[in-house]
Amino acid sequence: MDFDLMITSFPKLLGATVITLKLLSASLFFGLFLGLFFAILRLNNNIFINKFAYGYSYIFRGTPLLVQIFIIYFGLGQIEYLRTTFLWIILKEPYWCAIIAFTLNTGAYTSEILRSAFQTIKPGIIEAGKSLGISNKIIFYKIQIPIAIRQSLPAYGNEIILMMKGTSLASTVTLMDLTGVAKYIISTTFKPIEVFIVAGGIYLFMTFIIHNVIKYLEKKYSFQ
Amino acid sequence: MELLAFGKTGWGDELFYATLMTIAVSVTAMLVGFIFALIFTPLKLSKYKSLNLIGNFYTTVIRGVPELLVIYLFFFGGSGAIMYVASIFGYYEYIEINAFITGSMAIGIISGAYSTEVFRGAIQSIDKGQFEAAKVLGINKYGQFYKIILPQMLRLAIPNLSNVWQITLKDTSLISVTGLVEIMRQSYIAAGSTRDPLFFYSFAAVLYLLLTYVSMKLINKLEVRYSRGY
Repeated sequence: MDFDLMITSFPKLLGATVITLKLLSASLFFGLFLGLFFAILRLNNNIFINKFAYGYSYIFRGTPLLVQIFIIYFGLGQIEYLRTTFLWIILKEPYWCAIIAFTLNTGAYTSEILRSAFQTIKPGIIEAGKSLGISNKIIFYKIQIPIAIRQSLPAYGNEIILMMKGTSLASTVTLMDLTGVAKYIISTTFKPIEVFIVAGGIYLFMTFIIHNVIKYLEKKYSFQ
Repeated sequence: MELLAFGKTGWGDELFYATLMTIAVSVTAMLVGFIFALIFTPLKLSKYKSLNLIGNFYTTVIRGVPELLVIYLFFFGGSGAIMYVASIFGYYEYIEINAFITGSMAIGIISGAYSTEVFRGAIQSIDKGQFEAAKVLGINKYGQFYKIILPQMLRLAIPNLSNVWQITLKDTSLISVTGLVEIMRQSYIAAGSTRDPLFFYSFAAVLYLLLTYVSMKLINKLEVRYSRGY
C-alpha cells in the first residue's frame, strides 16, 4: 500500500469529480424533460406517435452507452453538412457530445419510468378530478404529474445512480472526469489498487448521498 | 454495403467473429457472476451479522462504482496480482493474462453483484410456509433447497435475471478499452481504417440491438417454461 500516493492523488481526483458532477447534473436536467416528453408521447393513442416513442426508448436501452457516445462524437463529425451549421460549435466539443449522449440515454430510461408511473395512477383519481369540474389540462399538470413523480422516485433514484456511473464513459472521449483522471494516475504510477480505493471511495460517497436524498424525498412525499 | 463483405475486401467476417466474441465474453461473465452469486447470496441471507457485512460490502461497492473503473483495476492490476502470488511460489518472470480472462472476470464480478441481489430478492419472496412445510415433511436440507426452493426461486428470478443479462451484454462493450476484439473494438478498428465511423458504430449499435432482441425472445420462452402451473 502506497499511502503517499493515495493522499497526493486525492485532491486531483476531487478536482475531476467536479466535471463528473457537471456532466451528471446537465444530463439529468435535460434528460428529465426529454423523458417526460417521450412518456407523454407513449401515452398517446395515435399508434405512430406511440411507436415512435417506443422505438426511441428501445434503441437507447438496447445498445451500450459507449456506442451512443462514439456515434455522436466520432460519427456525426463525418457528415459534411453538419460541419457547416452552427451545430458544429457544439458537436466538436467532447464535453457537449458526452452530455448529448447521456441526455438521450437517460431520457430513454426516464421515459419508461414515468410511463409506468402514469399508468399506475388509479383511474378513480382522474375521474374524481373530472367530476369536480377540473379541466383536463389542470388534471394533468396538477394531479397526474405530481403523483407520477412521487410514484417514480425509487426507480428514478436508481437511474440517477446508474447515470452517475455512466458518466465515467466520458473518459473514453478524452474528457478528464473522475475515471479519466484515475486511469491517468494508474497508467503513470502502475498502482491500480490505491487509486481504485480513492476514486471508488469518491463514487461510493456520491452514491451514498444520492441514495439518502431520494430516501428522504420518498419519506417526505409519501401518501401516508 | 461492400464495407460489410466477407473476405479480405470487407469487414463482414471480422465483425461476425467479433459478435461471437461478445457473446462468448457475456456468457462467461454471466457464469462467473453466478458463481459469485452462489457464494454471496448465502452470506447476505445468513443470520450472522459479520457474514451479512461481507455480502453487503461486495454488492454495495460493485454496484456503486462505475464498471469502467473496475475494468481498469483488473486491466492494470490483474497481472500484478497474479505475479505477486507467483512470486510467493518463487516464480519471478513476467506473466501476462489474456484480455478475455481479465475482461470476463471484471464483467463477471459486476454481473455477480446484480445476480446476488436478484437471488436474494427471489429467495426472500418465497413464502415462509414453503420452508416450514418442507421441514415438517422431513425432507433433508439438500432436497429442500434443490427440489422445493430452487424451482420456485427460478420462476421469480428469471425476469430480473434477464435484466442482468442485458446489463452484462451491454457492459462487455467496455472491455474494448483493454484491447479485446469484440464488437466495439472491431468497429473502432474498422472505423479507423476506413474513416467511416458513423457507419461502423451505427452497425455496432444494430448488432447489439439484434443480440438484445434475440436474447429477450429466448428468455421469454424460458419464463413461460418456468411459470408452468401459475
